[in-house]
Amino acid sequence: MALIRKSKEFIWHRKHLLGLRELSAEEITYILDTAKGFEQISTRSVKKAPPLRGKVVVNLFFEDSTRTRNSFTLAASRLSADVIEFTEKTSSVSKGETLLDTARNLEAMGVDIVVIRHSAAGAPKFLSRNINACVVNAGDGYCEHPTQGLLDTYTIRKIKGTLQGLKVAIVGDISHSRVARSDMWAMTKLGAEVTFVGPPTLMPAEVRQLPVKVSYSLDEVIDKVDVVNMLRIQFERLGGNPFPSIREYSHYFGLTVERMKRAKPDILVMHPGPINRGLEMESEVADGRNSVILQQVTNGLAVRMAVLFLVNQAAAQAP
Amino acid sequence: MPDELLIKNGRVIDPANGIDKECDVLIVDGEIAEVGRIDKPVQTVIDATGRLVTPGLIDIHVHFREPGDEEEETIASGSAAAVAAGFTSVVCMPNTSPVIENETDVEYIHRKGRQARKTHVYTMGAITKGRQGVELAEMGFMAEAGAVGFTDDGKGVQNPSVMLRALKYAAMFDVVVAQHCQDDSFAGEGVMNAGFYSTILGLPGMDALAEQAMLWRDIQLVKKIRLGRIRYHAQHISTAGSVELIRAAKKDSLPITCEVTPHHLFFTEECCAEYDTNYKVNPPLRTARDIDALKEAIAEGLIDALVTDHAPHLQSEKELEFLAAPFGIAGLECALGLYVKALIEPGILDWPGLIRLMTEKPAKIIGIDKGTLGKGKQADVTIIDPNAEYEIDVNKFRSKSRNCPYHGWKVKGKVEETIVGGEIRFQAGE
Repeated sequence: MALIRKSKEFIWHRKHLLGLRELSAEEITYILDTAKGFEQISTRSVKKAPPLRGKVVVNLFFEDSTRTRNSFTLAASRLSADVIEFTEKTSSVSKGETLLDTARNLEAMGVDIVVIRHSAAGAPKFLSRNINACVVNAGDGYCEHPTQGLLDTYTIRKIKGTLQGLKVAIVGDISHSRVARSDMWAMTKLGAEVTFVGPPTLMPAEVRQLPVKVSYSLDEVIDKVDVVNMLRIQFERLGGNPFPSIREYSHYFGLTVERMKRAKPDILVMHPGPINRGLEMESEVADGRNSVILQQVTNGLAVRMAVLFLVNQAAAQAP
Repeated sequence: MPDELLIKNGRVIDPANGIDKECDVLIVDGEIAEVGRIDKPVQTVIDATGRLVTPGLIDIHVHFREPGDEEEETIASGSAAAVAAGFTSVVCMPNTSPVIENETDVEYIHRKGRQARKTHVYTMGAITKGRQGVELAEMGFMAEAGAVGFTDDGKGVQNPSVMLRALKYAAMFDVVVAQHCQDDSFAGEGVMNAGFYSTILGLPGMDALAEQAMLWRDIQLVKKIRLGRIRYHAQHISTAGSVELIRAAKKDSLPITCEVTPHHLFFTEECCAEYDTNYKVNPPLRTARDIDALKEAIAEGLIDALVTDHAPHLQSEKELEFLAAPFGIAGLECALGLYVKALIEPGILDWPGLIRLMTEKPAKIIGIDKGTLGKGKQADVTIIDPNAEYEIDVNKFRSKSRNCPYHGWKVKGKVEETIVGGEIRFQAGE
């Protein structure tokens, strides 16, 4: 346990955020509560607070990303940290220096927090074993994207009040989705019932051993859920030919205006972005009154500030 | 005056000749002269009281990385590791760079083996040129040069008609065709077993079907050919499904043999949970059910050889993301102790049973006149202290590599002397 109960208050003890699988419900709640406190910084005229002053955060991105990287950059600067951008298109898989050497170099530069995105699952964990700095996972392979899982959970909690008893559908390419995995861990730990929806060809191995329900029909699920999170079809990750055509995929798994008519009136429509409009979701739905897609982006900032703040604090307290 | 060596008072286990009794072994001029009670003054006497005296162990699946990757292992360092582990014969896999695919390559391996003067060093040749799975390599010339079998190990021959051709063609030369059973269209870019752990770790998986589909296919090919001298060997089988296929094939009396490695008897896919690349092997670590099936198969006599699949890698190569690190375990130097732990201690095999799968049977698979203490045979002998316990320490390996998840394990069954061609090539305490 990374948490020690001290009278009634938690003290956060993790200097890395590698994934949500290893976190307890209390730890997840603690991050969300911390994020709530940071939300108002973004609404002030001077959008800056001092907790990370004098600290160096590096964005170590081995994979393309715009919004996650910008969100982390902004979150770090709002907390007054210095931010270095380290974007490496080629991962160590192909050529160039190894991840271990990169880590040692960063260490030598005196970096305090490394925010890493990498196409290899486990890369953040590997880094955390070999570096003294805090490591924050910004997405590793198909394994986890913990800040996305947290911001999704945060968004739901903010609107619905709680995750307890809510029904959440996560729709699309589950097998290649780190978002689906992080959402699953966070939301089920907080008491939601999660259903993975998609064609069997996009379900991971042994999906039945996960703490979720599985459905191959969006139509059977759409009228029963409180939240629907539509995953992006990531063409670059689809191996082979998991569905015959985009047209057929959209027909069965697209969130259309027609399908939305059967949904609960207060259903939340989410998407981790960027949206393939007309593919997994029709534009009218993406921009419709149930959509909280832009709120997710706003909340992401607060969640990432909370994460950076907490890991830094844990590192400072460590003996 | 003849060169004589007498091994006194050991428990002589020679499964090929049905011997398991306390007696002596006399070696004269590099050959086994006599097994029995021998009272004769000779130059050199080894007191083997309380020890096992067995035919020299044979490992038909090692990677010594030469030529091409000498920083990981050489034939000299690999065979030094082997002899210290009680092996007197090893079979190198041809997936070197360049690939072992012609008689010159085969002769090169043999020369390096002779120069190392540790174990007998054999090699398999590639089935197809460059291990590309397209054109047959020169199996005839390689067989004449002494290649003891053929394999594209590291990958399987994907195209069924190429494999059919290879099996038919090899039947001319009375050599074994060995397969790394892995259908790439199932295995994809997998780096571990496809299952619950690959799902939660977010790593691409290799389905058990990838192994079983190719094994099933190859069994159909062997059935179809029905040529007298065809021999097929399934390398490092790892799944319960493969065991079922082998069981059925043996029931049909097909000329099919198979082998297992220690890691597939100890570890499950769960070992990959911390992304420790020492557990990244191919075929991947499977499930507890698969381990049970493999052990049952050994008890039942379905498995023909215990091997190591010794696959040395540099630390810098293993210190990578799980996705990027190479497959393999450097396990040669602890093999015997591991097999004792996996098979003798739980009562799956007795000592003669274990020795048989490390001597007589593997020798038969590759068709060499070894693995026995029969009179007149070349004197390859291993002397083992069955009760001595020792701790596996990778820092003491003679192998150049340290990628070994058994570091710190305590095992029993210590090699005391290894005799190759009548010469003592290893003595404990060296």
